[in-house]
Amino acid sequence: MREQAMVLNTNPLQRIPGVAVMLVLLCVVFGLMTPGFLTVPNISNVLVQSTILLMLALPMTLIIMTEGLDLSMGAVLTLTSLIVAIVALATGSLLLGLLAALAVGIVFGTINGWLVAVVGIPPFVATLGTLGMAQGLSLIVSDGQSVVGMPAAVRGVYSGTLGGVPLPIVLGLGSYLAFHGLLYHTRFGTYIFALGGNREALKFAGISARRLLILVYALGGAMVGLAGLLMTARMNSGHPTAGLGLEFDAIAAVAVGGTSFERGNGWLLGTLLGVVAVGVLRNGLNLLALPSSIQVASVGLLVIAALFVDGLRSRS
Amino acid sequence: MTDISNPISGRRMLLSDEMIQVFYRLLAAFLICAALTILTNSFFSVGNILNVLRQASLLFFIASGLTLVVLTGGLDLSIGANVAISACVAGTVIHQTGSPTLGVLTGIGVGGAVGMLNGVMVTALRIPSFIATYGMLWVLHGITYWYMGGETMHGFPAGFRQIGSGYFLGLPIPVYLLLVFLAIGTIFAQRTTWGQEIYAIGANPVAARLSGIPVARRLLLVYTVSGAMAGLASIIFLARLNSAEADIGESLTLPAIAAVLIGGTSLFGGLGTVFGTFVGALILTLVLNGMNLLSVNASWQPLVTGVIVILAVWLDMKTRRRAA
Repeated sequence: MREQAMVLNTNPLQRIPGVAVMLVLLCVVFGLMTPGFLTVPNISNVLVQSTILLMLALPMTLIIMTEGLDLSMGAVLTLTSLIVAIVALATGSLLLGLLAALAVGIVFGTINGWLVAVVGIPPFVATLGTLGMAQGLSLIVSDGQSVVGMPAAVRGVYSGTLGGVPLPIVLGLGSYLAFHGLLYHTRFGTYIFALGGNREALKFAGISARRLLILVYALGGAMVGLAGLLMTARMNSGHPTAGLGLEFDAIAAVAVGGTSFERGNGWLLGTLLGVVAVGVLRNGLNLLALPSSIQVASVGLLVIAALFVDGLRSRS
Repeated sequence: MTDISNPISGRRMLLSDEMIQVFYRLLAAFLICAALTILTNSFFSVGNILNVLRQASLLFFIASGLTLVVLTGGLDLSIGANVAISACVAGTVIHQTGSPTLGVLTGIGVGGAVGMLNGVMVTALRIPSFIATYGMLWVLHGITYWYMGGETMHGFPAGFRQIGSGYFLGLPIPVYLLLVFLAIGTIFAQRTTWGQEIYAIGANPVAARLSGIPVARRLLLVYTVSGAMAGLASIIFLARLNSAEADIGESLTLPAIAAVLIGGTSLFGGLGTVFGTFVGALILTLVLNGMNLLSVNASWQPLVTGVIVILAVWLDMKTRRRAA
């Protein structure tokens, strides 16, 4: 059944071109336009910077596959990043900070899942509500101020290496492999495909779609907690607006990667390539000295274009 | 208790059901007023009540157009960003030409054009409305920040500023505008064929199409109106604040959606009224004003608004389910 679900729901041959061609094109264009782009330090920089986005985009793929959406991720990321900073500052322990951030992330994810699955509120409004809640809590716990003076261990998470590979990349790859295994090689993954594609089948298999949905959103919350650690380590501080809007880049990466918003089929490798594409786009525009506002606008256009193409595909 | 067996009387029952829903909300607004009068000394003063009315009317302008979108079963997440870009472009026009009239027309024009683009994405490109307008949000956001380059525009002609901060017969000008648009919106939605077609599209898009309603054209109209109302709101913000900045609309989208949902318009389309949205805007403004008077830190406002959005949808689903 799993094999079947995979065959029915993903069609890599049809998809690889789209996002991969785009990625190559972006690299060629930026490589030609700026001398600094195609260098090892810059590429490594792009990849390291993309890890936070990847940690949001992986669970976002699963959520979108269930015909859901999580607009609260950026705001919850801001909150968990602040929690890491505040707890690390108060206790001096990075591990306690991470645990607290994971707990807060999971609580928000569970609330999202509960609102969507049990209460039945459309996901984009439910998570818009929790976005407001997380944004408010971020302002309240930080009193609108940055949290600075982190212990040295915090910075080490972002700048450290493991066997010569930057630690964020290790964490990012680890997350990708974990999600890949989860989606394609466990029952849980098969159920997620069924959740978007064929809810009836789940019912006949005796699986509670509600519990599964809550789990998917809670998993997203946990990943946002983990990403909060990286965010704090990257800035070496907590900031009350740091992650706002990052959910949009995650949605962009998922959409560009070929996951459909309406048909419940997702492609995790596409999301990975989509994340790198968004990272390359922002980095390249940055090297061209275009203001970050232009980057934001171009990511917006990228999403609309990707959805347009997806719409054409679903009609054909 | 709608009588399903008789569709004609069912229609009448539905209308009176809407009236009961609005009545409950007016009652809630009244109770909040009573509570605030008891809890604070400063709530029940002419100055504060006029202030609440003015704030509520600003929120209503944005939320009224959005109500029509939600009635069709869609959503417009770009309204806050639309207010920002309309305000900045209109501000530039007023500065360059010195003509407030041109500025007002520009603001409404830019807002309407953005709304029309949203409509095209939803109808011609068939992108789900919440994601299309969410993409638009960030496109507008980026363009506005790039256009303003971190600058703030100050100082508009005194006559123009009257639109936002002036008084006529003791009432703020925006309150008169509120009454005008409340009347226009209500008559349009309840008493015109186009208005009724919008309800029909929200209730059942397939049935609407099969019964010969030009669904795409009506949707295009609705998104354009929503954008134009955001443009109008931007003018009033501009006149009230006497300055334009790129972040002017950032915190407006969530309250506007909250006003629509508190007002009893169903997220699933086909049910709700423009008057309900006015009451929703009033309730939200009262709550935020009350928090302010009780010296609750402003940081709590997004949290409370978020909770209210979710509660409003939940309550709506509970009551409708019972009614159905």
